Amino acid sequence: MDERRVRFDAEVLPHLDAAYRFAQWLVRSPGDADDIVQEAILRAFRGFDRLRGSDVKSWLFAIVRNCHLTAVAQRARRGAVPLPDEHDERDGHAMISPAPEPETETMRRDDERTLERLMAALPEEQREVLILREIEELGYREIAAVTNVPIGTVMSRLARARAQLKHRWQKEFEGEPHAVR
Amino acid sequence: MSPMPCAETDTRLPVYFDGELEALAAAEMERHLAGCAECRASLEELTELRAALRRELNFRPTPAELKGRISAALDLESANAHGAARVPALASRPASRGARPFWAGAFTGLGVAALAASLAFFLLVPAGVDPLLDELVSAHVRSLMPAHLIDVESTDRHTVKPWFAGHVDVSPVVADFTDQGYKLVGGRADYFAHQRAAAVIYQHGAHIINVFSWSQDGKRLPSDTTRNGYHLAFWRAGNLDYCAVSDTGWDELLALEKLLKKE
Repeated sequence: MDERRVRFDAEVLPHLDAAYRFAQWLVRSPGDADDIVQEAILRAFRGFDRLRGSDVKSWLFAIVRNCHLTAVAQRARRGAVPLPDEHDERDGHAMISPAPEPETETMRRDDERTLERLMAALPEEQREVLILREIEELGYREIAAVTNVPIGTVMSRLARARAQLKHRWQKEFEGEPHAVR
Repeated sequence: MSPMPCAETDTRLPVYFDGELEALAAAEMERHLAGCAECRASLEELTELRAALRRELNFRPTPAELKGRISAALDLESANAHGAARVPALASRPASRGARPFWAGAFTGLGVAALAASLAFFLLVPAGVDPLLDELVSAHVRSLMPAHLIDVESTDRHTVKPWFAGHVDVSPVVADFTDQGYKLVGGRADYFAHQRAAAVIYQHGAHIINVFSWSQDGKRLPSDTTRNGYHLAFWRAGNLDYCAVSDTGWDELLALEKLLKKE
């Protein structure tokens, strides 16, 4: 293996699992997450020489996010907006639809599913900032780099996302003396 | 009598919670928290929300099949890269980003929210940077000051190497690569990474390259990076960690790394 590949494997591939976690919350079906991560890794490899001096994890996340946006734009151009399939809803986790789901009475109310569902219902820009901060533990600066917005926007999105999640959670359990557990 | 809503709750408190307040402001916030029930309650909520997300969101692990596919695709890509024609990067470009380089443009937006304007002042500037990087860069810069570069001046590895034995805690690789353009000019004792580390000095054209080495302390080796205009290339050999620091180009620095690894 050539030196460049060895370095890539050592520096970038350790973040593959994190990239896959992030992709799951960006896209709606497991197949799509797989495709996006694979494409992102390839793009990262092609652009590896430009990485110097950047934080590897947020650099890779930015590529994952761009691959996702590209895929969304392609689907929109083709006019094919896929419907969420039934399996996704039953499966529950990581099957994120971009539009808020209708909050029907039939939905299960146990806490785990609830929090996942509330997360899934957040606007994408709020959801991604929460995942990057609370799960992936990126700093404001890194999140700004990944999402390609100024730091101030990161901070206000994060504030809105937290407020929204809290608000929806409280609404969910209206009448019950329930904080976010 | 209901208390006035606290102005900190929605402004500096979340920044403090996220660990992004600089030390003085954070200390101030802690004093404030002691006397503000509203902020304490809000901090509790932020903590609970984070814990709930970490506990309850499910993530599928990366499928082994996907890892295999990626590895195979990289093999193919590496093989292609050696040929004359690179495969065009992608079937399509990121449509929504236009010609703007998505990475470089990250911090250049103009629409900074008012909230940020009032808070930017308190932001910790270098967030989460390994202090070792700063130590290495300042050791390199220090070495460029007059009379600091060299403790033992010699182009002979058999002079430099034994000198280290009495002056530092490590016994690094020392070699002269004059023929390849890297002239050994001497050695120096430096203190960082909490030990007496060695610096082997090379001259490449007009550039000085310090090759620092120290005993592995169980910490992860940082990735190659650029700080303040100096490139830092890291590698491991034997039980030592190495870092070559210089303002040469990356290619020149990595070529020296390659030569040293062969020794």
